[in-house]
Amino acid sequence: MDARITLHVDGDERPLTLDTRVTLLDALRDRLSVTAPKKGCDHGQCGACTVLLDGRRTLSCLTFAVAQDGAEVVTAAGLASYDGEPHPVQRAFLENDALQCGYCTPGQICSAIGMLAEAASGHPSHATPELADAGGRDGPGGGPGAPGGPDGARRTTAPVVLDDAEIRERMSGNLCRCGAYVNILAALRDHGATGVTA
Amino acid sequence: MTAGTRPLAIGAALPRVDGPEKVTGSARYAYEQPPPGHPYGEPVYVHPLQADIARGRVDAIDTERANAVEGVLAVLTHRSAARLADTGDRELAVLQSDRVAFRGQFIGAVLADTPETARHAAALVSVDYAQEPHDTELLADHPGLYAPEHVNPSFETDTDEGDVDKAMAAAMVKVDRTYTTPMEHNNPMEPHTTVAVWHTSDDEAPDDEASAGSVAGASPEAPVRLTLYASTQGAHSVRKTLAPMFGLVPDQLRVVSPHVGGGFGSKGMPHAHDVLAALCARAVPGRIVKLAVTRQQMFSLTGHRTPTIQRVRLGADVAGRLDAVAHEVVERTSTVKEFAEQTACGTRMMYAAPHRRTTHRLAALDVPVPSWMRAPGEAPGIFALEVAMDELAEAAGLDPIELRVRNDPSADPETGKPWSGRHLVRCLAEGARHFGWQHRNPAPGARREGDELVGLGVAASTYPYYAPQGSRARVRYDGEGHWNVAIGAADIGTGSRTVLTQIAADALECPAASVTVELGDTRLPMATVAGGSAGTAAWGATVVAAAHAFRAAHGERPQPGAEAHGGAEAHPDTKRFAVHSFGAQFAEVRVDADTGEIRVPRLLGVFSVGRIINPVTARSQFIGGMTMGLSMALHEHSVLDHRTGHVVNHDFAGYHIATHADALGIEAHWLDEDDPHTNPMGARGIGEIGIVGCPAAIVNAVHNATGLRVRDLPITPDKLLH
Repeated sequence: MDARITLHVDGDERPLTLDTRVTLLDALRDRLSVTAPKKGCDHGQCGACTVLLDGRRTLSCLTFAVAQDGAEVVTAAGLASYDGEPHPVQRAFLENDALQCGYCTPGQICSAIGMLAEAASGHPSHATPELADAGGRDGPGGGPGAPGGPDGARRTTAPVVLDDAEIRERMSGNLCRCGAYVNILAALRDHGATGVTA
Repeated sequence: MTAGTRPLAIGAALPRVDGPEKVTGSARYAYEQPPPGHPYGEPVYVHPLQADIARGRVDAIDTERANAVEGVLAVLTHRSAARLADTGDRELAVLQSDRVAFRGQFIGAVLADTPETARHAAALVSVDYAQEPHDTELLADHPGLYAPEHVNPSFETDTDEGDVDKAMAAAMVKVDRTYTTPMEHNNPMEPHTTVAVWHTSDDEAPDDEASAGSVAGASPEAPVRLTLYASTQGAHSVRKTLAPMFGLVPDQLRVVSPHVGGGFGSKGMPHAHDVLAALCARAVPGRIVKLAVTRQQMFSLTGHRTPTIQRVRLGADVAGRLDAVAHEVVERTSTVKEFAEQTACGTRMMYAAPHRRTTHRLAALDVPVPSWMRAPGEAPGIFALEVAMDELAEAAGLDPIELRVRNDPSADPETGKPWSGRHLVRCLAEGARHFGWQHRNPAPGARREGDELVGLGVAASTYPYYAPQGSRARVRYDGEGHWNVAIGAADIGTGSRTVLTQIAADALECPAASVTVELGDTRLPMATVAGGSAGTAAWGATVVAAAHAFRAAHGERPQPGAEAHGGAEAHPDTKRFAVHSFGAQFAEVRVDADTGEIRVPRLLGVFSVGRIINPVTARSQFIGGMTMGLSMALHEHSVLDHRTGHVVNHDFAGYHIATHADALGIEAHWLDEDDPHTNPMGARGIGEIGIVGCPAAIVNAVHNATGLRVRDLPITPDKLLH
């Protein structure tokens, strides 16, 4: 069964007719030749396909394209500024050699940008101390406005301070077999500290 | 390569030259080929059919329902696929018979106009098998054990000097233990992919000057040229292996692989999917055919590390001086192709003793074909040896570093040749200082902080120097100070494109910014495979030779367009010296006293690897290898269900590799050195040594923390909770 949808990809309007079984990742790669998002597992287990979908980091292999009609998709290819300057996170990856083979890299970068925004808007993670103190274990799905812990003391709207443990935890959905984690941490540490987000 | 007034490019922290393409996602990997603008129309997608028995025969295969699906172009089986000209390599003799030799083997493929249709139709194919009993279980006393003729790549299978048994009986201090490592999978992030097109005479690949003549006179029905866009560590080696299988001369097969998403050995040789893609493309001449092996399929089809069972015996005097060293290995190969991992070879040169023995025995089982995985031989073998050394140190009441210092041989114990530079003791000493080894309490289980048991461990690391011969490079002057250096080598993430730029710049005495290096295409001069940590040595020496040939032919003021080719001779000293890299690996572990959960807050390595060409990419190689060592120590284990011959944890949910949260402090250092006995750069190789010794350091640290000696990798918490 085919469906007609329109995606907005890296600033371009991309109408397309596609089989409803096509994932967002395959729509981008096979139908639109947008190949910055990579397919590493097709099971949502590696993070290589991460894109920003309406501003949130999303595993594009785990969502059907037809369910995203009208959505705004930003890939690593669409992050540069109008004058072609790389995004600060891309620059930080280059400065810290936070990549080797480069296959997980576009997903790592999109994930990092989404992660910085989540932390800035107060999303807790498994590593967030207040969460641990409150005994809560909601994970990143909690989001702004989510109910507080049993003692009602958990803050979910103040920015989370991104220490190393937070960055590692929040970036653990993006696997890197070359083992660039230490350098990815260094790249993101700068940005966590300076509050740069998207 | 003299300095002059210009700073040397070698040794400079040049940023990775392909970094900008990689952070924007514009670097093109195999599946993303060919680039837009190609003349082949819409691609065809392949979904393979795999055997779901481990041994037997395909009795009947019903493709009628699959063929009836709209959009299906063909269903290939062993009956309909084209015949190969050479079926000697039975891993690669795809769809040439009805035999099934392991579960997951290719038994067919569906070609369709979309990936969704191909996958759906593949599920509609029904297969009847004549199943036979299979055997996938490696046992130390397996009745089928045999001695291979040699072990990878061409080492002696066994060595025996003196009388190990007698020396062991007489030894004052001894260790006699068995260590095991599990089946492991390379799992590069980019799944193995091949995009294939058979060219018909009216379908010309763009700018194909090299082989245009070979299609003259051919009919449109008889395509005689094949292009493969492949994820490979060696475009030329893929061509060399596959061209004769398809009855082609080398010029009729082009292999393109400008960017490769990791390999760690699994992309070091063509695998069955390369052949299957070419067979599928043969069925639809002139069209691009895309075959991306899925992550799950990779567990049956693209190589793995054999499990090993290793008995190590060490006998020493009261001062810890080794009198006997024996390392006897039992491991696995497949029935279709032999791969004999050289697991005990590192033990032959690591420490001296008058009585020494190493053996390798294989069982050929009904399993997928094992092959190279980062540091084949050394990664599992040095794990066993270096844990045994820690056990010997404990038995002798010696510091583990002191034990290694006392047994550091002045010449290679195996060949008697002098070392080109054995600096293991310096690595251990510098590592001890950086790591704070003096704070280690030698009593196991003695340091507890809260709920955590804390321990420190050390192990030695080593990797041999290989510099395979036969690579060629072309240097061309493009005018206005721009140079082009072409070599059919690979950059699988190692940074070879970057370091070859630096090496070329120094050889041409020009700035690195004025050199462009082209890799990954059989149209470029022949280069050896990216393996054995040998790329920089082999290709770098080749680029230097080509640069010198250029200057000899064209002098200091060349005309634009001037070019020269060159190839390097083996350095004569590599025959006179034993050339090996060394390292010292340190680990701090924290084990939860209640749950057995293991965290590794600190890994530190000090390496002696000859000249470092680029400290940025070198550091990434070391920490990447150490991260994979951490992963080998704590996580990796492919679980083969012996009832079905199936790896049950065949994805990243079940096959755990180190994640970001696992990689805490990982630090790499190296000695400032230059090995004059290797190549013009004085470099030895860095890609694999980071993984070697790392698992042993972690095991030894866990022992120091808990008093428990884990001899079977990976160290999962259950092994600490008996």
